[in-house]
Amino acid sequence: MSNLKYALFTGCTAKQSTPELLSSTLAVAEKLGIEITILEEASCCGASHLQDFDEFLAHVLNARNICYAEKLGMTMITICNTCQLNSAMTKHALDTDPELKARVNEKLAEVGLEYKGTSEIKHFLYALIEDYGLEKIKDQVKVPLSQFNIAPFYGCHNIRPSELHHNVNGGENPYNPTSLDQLIEALEGHPVDYDHKNKCCGFHVELQANHTSEVLAGNAMVDAIDNNADLMVTPCPLCHLKMDTYQDDIGHVIGRDVELPVLHMPQMVALALGCTEKEIGLNFHVQKATQIYSEAQN
Amino acid sequence: MSDTVTVTLKTFRFNAETDYLPYYKHYEMEVGKDELMLDLLNRIKWEHDGSFSYRRSCRHGICGACGIKVNGKATLACKQNALELVKLFGNELLIEPQSTKRAVKDMIIDKKDFWDKHAAVKPYVVADIDPHPEHETKQSIEEFNKFLDADLCIQCGSCHYACPVVEVNEDYFGPAAFVAAYRFTVDTRDEAGEERLELTAQMGQGVWDCVKCFECAEACPKEINPIEKITKLHNLQFEKKVAVSNVATRHAEGFVRSIKRHGFLDEADIVIYSEGYLGMYKHLKTAVKMLKAGKIHWQDSLPFVDNVPKSKNLSEIQKLIEISQTNKL
Repeated sequence: MSNLKYALFTGCTAKQSTPELLSSTLAVAEKLGIEITILEEASCCGASHLQDFDEFLAHVLNARNICYAEKLGMTMITICNTCQLNSAMTKHALDTDPELKARVNEKLAEVGLEYKGTSEIKHFLYALIEDYGLEKIKDQVKVPLSQFNIAPFYGCHNIRPSELHHNVNGGENPYNPTSLDQLIEALEGHPVDYDHKNKCCGFHVELQANHTSEVLAGNAMVDAIDNNADLMVTPCPLCHLKMDTYQDDIGHVIGRDVELPVLHMPQMVALALGCTEKEIGLNFHVQKATQIYSEAQN
Repeated sequence: MSDTVTVTLKTFRFNAETDYLPYYKHYEMEVGKDELMLDLLNRIKWEHDGSFSYRRSCRHGICGACGIKVNGKATLACKQNALELVKLFGNELLIEPQSTKRAVKDMIIDKKDFWDKHAAVKPYVVADIDPHPEHETKQSIEEFNKFLDADLCIQCGSCHYACPVVEVNEDYFGPAAFVAAYRFTVDTRDEAGEERLELTAQMGQGVWDCVKCFECAEACPKEINPIEKITKLHNLQFEKKVAVSNVATRHAEGFVRSIKRHGFLDEADIVIYSEGYLGMYKHLKTAVKMLKAGKIHWQDSLPFVDNVPKSKNLSEIQKLIEISQTNKL
């Protein structure tokens, strides 16, 4: 058991199109004795798109989310790279610009809140690795993932810009990230080494620049497949949505079949810790992934 | 020489005039703690092969000539300590030009696309001024601060050739051109701001094709953070009423619509709102797959059914939007 306590900012996708992300996260936390309080008051982080429309409003809404973690006196954890980035960008902006902080707090005061800057913001991946510890995770493995070649896909918003994330991601270097590889090894899986592990999946221009989006996702998937990946794992549900949901379109654009199950990081951990099939929720994937559960048990 | 490290430089070699394909040559050398990547390039040329070619000039991080990639990392050779990279990547370093497909000779690339795009955004003050002024056009500290750090760009191309969109979409201006566009658009002496905003608002070439990967922010040797300026350009489009309603602008603005109603993003609504009902035909195939997997529900797209989870204390969020929103589409 651990005495770790976190305020969980679920983000929008975990509450809608990727329910398996939320259920597997909670299952992992329970198995490891990590206490989670869901920030039910939180709103959308703006996903970098609200920021394009109205940067100040995005800061106000993200600051409000952080206020609720501060009220609990807890570190806020995220399970989406983009939530992590946008929350951390607001925190950084307010913590380094007193004038902006005052302007934001003036708005927050209208609803009885104040941003103080007392809560850290950290992705669940790094909470597991840095706070809980890889060695302790190793001890908890019930279902070793030794039969799988697993391609880690880091997702941009956890690793870049490095200056922003440095204090909460174990100093991960965006040109040579290692945390997911280490986590895969701790669960006795075989990490796949491939060039595109730290590249962009193209999710954010899915609507307006579809071709770019499909090519970027395709490049990464083909690279993983050519390096013998059985499955891909990512800490970001937006990377997951792009690479799981659009495999047909991606294959069509790059002229090659891409068929690869794409797991959320907590699903992979949940699988190795022996969580239930329902908690892991592989049935919610577009690319068939349910076989991974039965394969892992053998 | 006791604190040196043995390093192998796996170096991209290519001469467009004589070679059909590029190849990689290995150069092994003892590298000391104070040596820069530029020193190692010099040593390849001086100690191993005089035909090895690369651009260099100032040696002070000002001229922007010596940009290369080391193990994929955008690197200004004269600023980068070599052993720092050894610590990061190990004793074999992969030395490549910024863009292998643009290679002319070894590290030298044809930067034509970079310069064309840079020039296209009019990277200079456009103003109708008296050719024989009596006094200079002064800038106050406040006015100067508006540039942020965009003025520090040395046009090295590190961000441009780190940008994955530049590689895929040849119309895309790229981060360095956007930094220049921002720099001169916010200059109070300049009169071409609106023109630049319109230019950088165009689909395909403009800021809406940015994938938000932050490669540019990581690549810049002057720590300019180009994507910060890209976000500013996005915001300026709305502030200056240059933004036209299209799939990308509605997508950005649609977040307010969703957050106002639910606190969370309504994933189905944002697609319908951005694309319009007619544009939804593109997404039908995907929607059916997502339905089958239980990622979305058939009721989600019906205007009279509200399936979206709500944030607790939603009225706070609505109030904050009401008093904080600064832009409109």
